[in-house]
Amino acid sequence: MSADPTVPVTHGATALAAPSSPSRAADLRTRFAAVEQAPGAPKPDPIVVADGVTRHFGGMTAVDVDHLEVERGAITALIGPNGAGKTTLFNLLTGFDKPSTGTWTFEGRSLSGVPAAKVARSGMVRTFQLTKALSRMTVIENMRLGAAAQPGENLGRALLPGLWRSREREITEQAEELLARFKLDAKRDDFAGSLSGGQRKLLEMARALMSKPTMVMLDEPMAGVNPALTQSLLGHIQALRDDGTTVLFVEHDMHMVRHISDWVVVMAEGRIVAEGPPESVMSDQAVIDAYLGAHHDTDLGDDSLLTDDVTTALEGKP
Amino acid sequence: MDWTRILTNVFGELLAPTTAAYALAAVGLNIHFGLTGLLNFGQAGFMLLGAYGFAISTIAGLPIWAALLVAIACSVVFALILGIPTLKLRGDYLAIVTIAAAEIVRIVGRSTALTDLTGASSGLRGNSYKESFQALSPFPDGTTDIGPLSYSNNASNSWWIRLVGWALVALACLLVWRLTNSPWGRVLKGIREDEDAVRSLGKNVYAYKMQALVLGGVIGAVAGIVYVLPRAVQPDSMGRPMTFFVWTILLLGGAATVWGPVLGSMIFWAALMLIKSVMRSTVPDTVMRTEQIEQFGWIVVGVTLMMLVIFRPQGLLGDKKELAINVR
Ligand SMILES: Nc1ncnc2c1ncn2[C@@H]1O[C@H](COP(=O)(O)OP(=O)(O)OP(=O)(O)O)[C@@H](O)[C@H]1O
Ligand SMILES: [Mg+2]
Repeated sequence: MSADPTVPVTHGATALAAPSSPSRAADLRTRFAAVEQAPGAPKPDPIVVADGVTRHFGGMTAVDVDHLEVERGAITALIGPNGAGKTTLFNLLTGFDKPSTGTWTFEGRSLSGVPAAKVARSGMVRTFQLTKALSRMTVIENMRLGAAAQPGENLGRALLPGLWRSREREITEQAEELLARFKLDAKRDDFAGSLSGGQRKLLEMARALMSKPTMVMLDEPMAGVNPALTQSLLGHIQALRDDGTTVLFVEHDMHMVRHISDWVVVMAEGRIVAEGPPESVMSDQAVIDAYLGAHHDTDLGDDSLLTDDVTTALEGKP
Repeated sequence: MDWTRILTNVFGELLAPTTAAYALAAVGLNIHFGLTGLLNFGQAGFMLLGAYGFAISTIAGLPIWAALLVAIACSVVFALILGIPTLKLRGDYLAIVTIAAAEIVRIVGRSTALTDLTGASSGLRGNSYKESFQALSPFPDGTTDIGPLSYSNNASNSWWIRLVGWALVALACLLVWRLTNSPWGRVLKGIREDEDAVRSLGKNVYAYKMQALVLGGVIGAVAGIVYVLPRAVQPDSMGRPMTFFVWTILLLGGAATVWGPVLGSMIFWAALMLIKSVMRSTVPDTVMRTEQIEQFGWIVVGVTLMMLVIFRPQGLLGDKKELAINVR
């Protein structure tokens, strides 16, 4: 189904050759250096601030976050074992689920109780762990749907193409650019339902970027994406950050987390158990305990824990 | 067997006001189901409300345009009442509520308490509300033959109602074509595929679903008016079977296509007429009486619908490719 398999590999290599701007990363490093490495640590310039957010399902507590701040303009990784409550926290923050208690703000405005569509319009756009490609629509139509400020989406104005044609052209141009970046340009006119699992992940991510959000929240964006393309996508995520977009993403691949995140938040059993820069958080005892159970003294970034092909490819070994 | 007569009947059915009315109702349902994925099982309710709204206000002395507005207003209010509680819930709830609500409209309409208004179960005679519509006709009185067809110019089952009915169908198709190819239609299709995805892209899904429900319902109400103009308003002829015929027509022609409802309606009524006419002239009375033939026709409709869903679920005009990737 996919095009020539060598194509993404080539592009992956180009992305590797063009790393993100070092000044931005360095700037963030100094900013984060002053941040305390503890759960709920205050950040110098938080874009999201959550307080006392809990979500119970029957008797079980899926999310119980005392305090969380997400730094503006940085890439923050949210990690934790299966069932830690990462997706549920995403759902709460983006209005797809209602918390049992708690409040949170985005860019200083309270978002508690705000419906999902309005959250997205305010600039906080998320993707889903289980992809939601709009199957019986073409790839390009999926992309166009992601755009904001299309007057033709109003019933009255839809009848008068003159009012929305020019915006439609802009949108299409932007969509084609993004598709090219995500290596989906060859699929432009195919139905999204005919894409492979990894391609759907890519489409969903590209679609989320159409509205030029201030903050993107990606739930396992790389799950099922092949290693070479992953590498180039990491480049794109860093480029997004360098353009000023805040990124919060959930990921299980520790190498990837280590490669691109500026800050890591660790969840376990609904709580935030650790925060810190990627290098130190992975050797944090609380984190290792959360993942592997107590009395285990391996660094999570240790290759002996992750010996799959992805790792090899990421590390550039044969 | 008199083939000329049979074929004339069949041909006449292609252009009949009833065919136009059903095509129009299916266009409305297409906005609900084909475009937005809303399961409206009460399209007959919209049609009956439109018919009542038009007929009763005309009888009360309102001019035709005001009567038309009343019919439209009735369907808008009906759509809002149905939509407000259900459109935030999963799709199946709308299905249950619409089928029940359409029945409520019919049962309230035929209740003896409202005899003065709706004529209860015997309904409203056509002559009591047709006048203002027929008066608008530019044609002189009389009868005109075109080819094998012969109808009166203005009275009841006339050329005039055919002209207006099909003009409305064309207009509705044009509207649907314009809307499906617009960003608004794109949002609806997105909702049909996955509401949450569309929500995550910042679209107010509830408002879009409501707009679709209202728009399709209004077209249904106008279809109801076209349906009753050549006959009478009879609540019992506009019940659940009518809704299911509209569904059959839509699925036959192809949901989510612009011309599907029109083609579906023409084929549905013409095929039914063909079956009945042929059987009436070939099957002896001792085997099957006329009313049994009538019923047999409906059996064939049912079987056709089943075959259709099994062997050609995309309908005659639907895109096979689009459907092939449905389940994943
Ligand atoms: N709708 C629901 N009803 C009941 N329990 C739920 C629901 N959604 C999530 N949970 C529970 O909440 C907990 C957290 O789930 P969540 O999906 O947030 O985990 P996660 O951290 O995203 O895990 P993963 O890494 O596997 O995606 C799990 O124990 C899950 O069973
Ligand atoms: Mg998850």
